[in-house]
Amino acid sequence: MNAAIEVHQLEKTFSGGSRATGGTKALDGLSFAVEEASVFGLLGPNGAGKTTAIRVLTTTLVPDSGRAAVLGRDVITDAQAVRSSIGLAGQYAAVDENLTGAENLRMVGYLNHLPRNMARRRADDLLEQFHLSDAAKRTLKTYSGGMRRRLDVAAALVARPPVLFLDEPTTGLDPQSRNDLWEVIEGLVGSGTTVLLTTQYLEEADRLAQKIAVVDHGKVIAEGTSAQLKADLGATVLEIELADPIVAGRTAELLKGVATKPPAVIGRSVDIPVDDGARVPMEALRILDQHGVAPTSFSLREPSLDDVFLSLTGRKASTEGENQ
Amino acid sequence: MSTATIALGVDQPDTGSRASWAVRDALTVTWRYLLGYLRIPEALFFSSVQPIMFVLLFRFVFAGAINIPHLGYVDYMMPGIFVQSVAFGSVATSIGLAEDLQKGLIERFRALPMARSAVLAGRTTADLVRNIWVVVLMTGVGYAVGFRIHTNPLEFLAGCGVLLLFAYALSWGFATIGLSAPNSETAQVMSFPVLFPLTFASSAFVPVKSMPGWLQAWANHQPVSVVVNAARGLMDGHLALFSSESVGAATLHALAWCAVMVVVLVPLAVHRYRRVG
Repeated sequence: MNAAIEVHQLEKTFSGGSRATGGTKALDGLSFAVEEASVFGLLGPNGAGKTTAIRVLTTTLVPDSGRAAVLGRDVITDAQAVRSSIGLAGQYAAVDENLTGAENLRMVGYLNHLPRNMARRRADDLLEQFHLSDAAKRTLKTYSGGMRRRLDVAAALVARPPVLFLDEPTTGLDPQSRNDLWEVIEGLVGSGTTVLLTTQYLEEADRLAQKIAVVDHGKVIAEGTSAQLKADLGATVLEIELADPIVAGRTAELLKGVATKPPAVIGRSVDIPVDDGARVPMEALRILDQHGVAPTSFSLREPSLDDVFLSLTGRKASTEGENQ
Repeated sequence: MSTATIALGVDQPDTGSRASWAVRDALTVTWRYLLGYLRIPEALFFSSVQPIMFVLLFRFVFAGAINIPHLGYVDYMMPGIFVQSVAFGSVATSIGLAEDLQKGLIERFRALPMARSAVLAGRTTADLVRNIWVVVLMTGVGYAVGFRIHTNPLEFLAGCGVLLLFAYALSWGFATIGLSAPNSETAQVMSFPVLFPLTFASSAFVPVKSMPGWLQAWANHQPVSVVVNAARGLMDGHLALFSSESVGAATLHALAWCAVMVVVLVPLAVHRYRRVG
């Protein structure tokens, strides 16, 4: 494999936080490798260490230990070379409010040391590509959140970097803008760009990433293609909704026998990973009927990455540490 | 290395030495901040009003109560207010950098292949340009309320040069404060404990002799007084009334302070910038 990004045993502890624990451990032996011209998804809840990993890879944060390289260049000892080959779109729309859209992109071009006329042309092309041409001469104060986010991603593309870091690029975007951005990313990968994407949206990783690493508490807890991660879980998920959480708990207990992995109780519904085929649901219904449990709904569905996260950590990805 | 790099490397960066890029990057950042100033006319207007109000305040409220022998108070105070205003102006560096840090712009800059010094050099240069505007404006207002140059225009300009250089050096100190503050409001509040003893416990507004002995020790030797004395000598020509130094010695003394500040404050700010976040 030709790795565009290599991350090996990264550790980083932030001082502050709680004194008793000696700080917050953001990265705890994080390792992964990203193949060239592919999208790699770092999937995990807020506070899992995704942004810290991006900051190390984009040379803005020095890790306590471990090493990382982009296109074979070490991010610590060869930082300037790394900066010349990457683009970064942050979780926060890092654009200058007082400048116009065109001025923002030109500034990034100049600071990437593009010749003036080329920086100007790139700015115009990107504004058009991201449907911002009409707003090119307006200051960003007049932009909506979605427009700012698009400009932020456009700014990451100004120098046509071979490696792109997108830190939760579609957070806060409307479905149309999200779809547009997904198409842009797919186009870039088609022309040879390597993309490292962090996301909390399981659907996004599923759609874009050839390979996904599930990150929790600063380390990778599972890695593979979307299909592999789902296959580990079982082919199908049986989703049963009950009258109340107590009955849900009892149902999980009763159906342990038919599950391939321990069932998960979420409120008054139960998710049960099961094998393919019609036999299992019939068996499940028979058991429930025998014990006088009547579900309010009963369905089979494809496992989602939410199920993967739940089965790996025992928690839902989307409800963890919302404000960190 | 990789095929991707070759295929995508269509936009070859301009060539140029490291030093020339450091200058060009700094100018790009300066341009960005100056555009920002022009885009918020309210901020530009009110930051111009403040120095004018200080001139009027001291000219019409305090002047009657402060007796300076052999010299009208307006001529005594103007060099002091010049220095005080540009020192206040350099706090903008702290506020601006804290704001950029908060918004994630510094993070973006740090991931770009630009010179590591460019953000700080650009910001301090933009604040220098704004301070030049403040000095021009105050000279006009000063003239309207009775201030006159008692030396000659060249010496007056030299005086302006010294105090602008001082403000520039000082803004590198405020850069470190801005990069250490959690947000822009705090950056401003954090700057005042540095600013007030410097500007007010100095020879800027009242003769140091009128202060208690322990304060005189500070007020006589701290950089604002030294710079005010130089400006007073170059603008008023009455320095002998308040100081034993000649104008030339006072000017060299002030320039030495600026040099010391640059040597200490610039590396401090750059060090902070590298490890921020």
